[in-house]
Amino acid sequence: MPLREFELSLELAVEPGERLALAGPSGAGKTTLLRIVAGLTRPASGRVAIDEEVWLDTAARREVPAERRRCGVVFQDHALFPTLSAWRNVAYGMGGQRRGRRERAEELLGRFGIAALAEAHPGSLSGGERQRVALARALATEPRALLLDEPLSALDPGTRREAQRELQRFLAELPIPVLLVTHSREEAALLADRVAVVERGRIVSEEALRPAGDHRDR
Amino acid sequence: MRLRSGFGLLALVAATIAVAFLVLPVVAIFADVSPGRLLDALGETSAREALWLSLRTSLLAMLIVVVIGTPAAYLLSLRRFRGRALVLTAIELPLVMPPAVAGIALLAALGPNGVLGGWIEDAGLELVFQTAGVVVALVFVSAPFFLRQAIAAFAALDPRLPEAARTLGAGPFRVFATVAVPGARQGIASGLALAWGRALGEFGATLLFAGSLEGVTQTAPLAIFSEFSRPGGFDAALALSAVLIVASALILIGVKLLGADRAIEDPAAEGAR
Repeated sequence: MPLREFELSLELAVEPGERLALAGPSGAGKTTLLRIVAGLTRPASGRVAIDEEVWLDTAARREVPAERRRCGVVFQDHALFPTLSAWRNVAYGMGGQRRGRRERAEELLGRFGIAALAEAHPGSLSGGERQRVALARALATEPRALLLDEPLSALDPGTRREAQRELQRFLAELPIPVLLVTHSREEAALLADRVAVVERGRIVSEEALRPAGDHRDR
Repeated sequence: MRLRSGFGLLALVAATIAVAFLVLPVVAIFADVSPGRLLDALGETSAREALWLSLRTSLLAMLIVVVIGTPAAYLLSLRRFRGRALVLTAIELPLVMPPAVAGIALLAALGPNGVLGGWIEDAGLELVFQTAGVVVALVFVSAPFFLRQAIAAFAALDPRLPEAARTLGAGPFRVFATVAVPGARQGIASGLALAWGRALGEFGATLLFAGSLEGVTQTAPLAIFSEFSRPGGFDAALALSAVLIVASALILIGVKLLGADRAIEDPAAEGAR
């Protein structure tokens, strides 16, 4: 039995450097939208494009597979590879020489303040540390866009506030389009420039929180 | 459960009977054969040949089962298609099929007058009364054990992991090799242990399909029966049996250690079990 039955029908554009939050109740279609952008779910009809490149155009029967979109994704539960150490998780999507990969992975982990945990496996990391590894991993491919699905929901309330601020600072510096899903209006206001509220597959309201590219903390 | 309660006592008695019944025959073999007699019996060329043949054919069969079975299990665990339940039941059929029936079925399919017999002959292959036939019989009876476990292990994988790999640029083969197989390795290892154990003990299908030719198709279980049927051959049968028990136990222990070892490397798997 399907949990919900409605058509996902919406249109969104995110500018480079802009952070758009999709808010709304669970089951509204927010995650499905992220999956469509990443290429993990194929809609019956629709179009996804970045700059001049078309990732999906069902009318033209064009579809770029997920592995060739270079679209960074931070999954809700982080989806780190449990058998790989933190640096190997980060290096997974990197090209180039083996030696260089390790250095670059550790450098990325360092940017998130967890270079010391390079050898640790996800099972021994805290929620906050896992989130940072997941972010580092998503960025290691130098993605053209970054998608985050409830990036803070796996954290306990104690670490959540600090992680929120950290993520806010970090996202503000990214020069690529960022699309993030959250069910918290407060979190959307903190992390995004613009928020679109999705209900039953449609955008019911859209609000600019600050001019895109204005990265002042509020 | 309190052991002093009525049911607790009953369960304790049941557990004692179960363990004793399963362990006693194994212990009896070693009680019945002294190390000296064991070595003597193993000194015979036919016994050594049979053991060596069992090892070679079962290893080759396992190689075939793993190389073909692992991607096959991966596909069957991922894809939902019409008739999937039927396919899964069909590949599990050899599990419950009497071994003699398996031998007859193999003859009907691959024997000289079998369905594919002509093709096999045209290809210049010979299976019946050949060592290759033993390998075919072992693959047939042991593969379902492997496939069952591997399919279940792949199906239990967190679907987000392959998806995460894809967003990081991994194509289907890399996802399979670096995410799916490592994630399912415990199920794969236990499936391999079960399949190998089954292959080492294989008797009926091998006998009917490949025969029992010393040095060619007479594996250790067939040699045990051959010795047992020979007047005064019981000692040799006992000795061979003892070796097979040790080999089977080593496989079981090896696989369990492998699983435990990995769990230490990967604390997440420890929590998941």
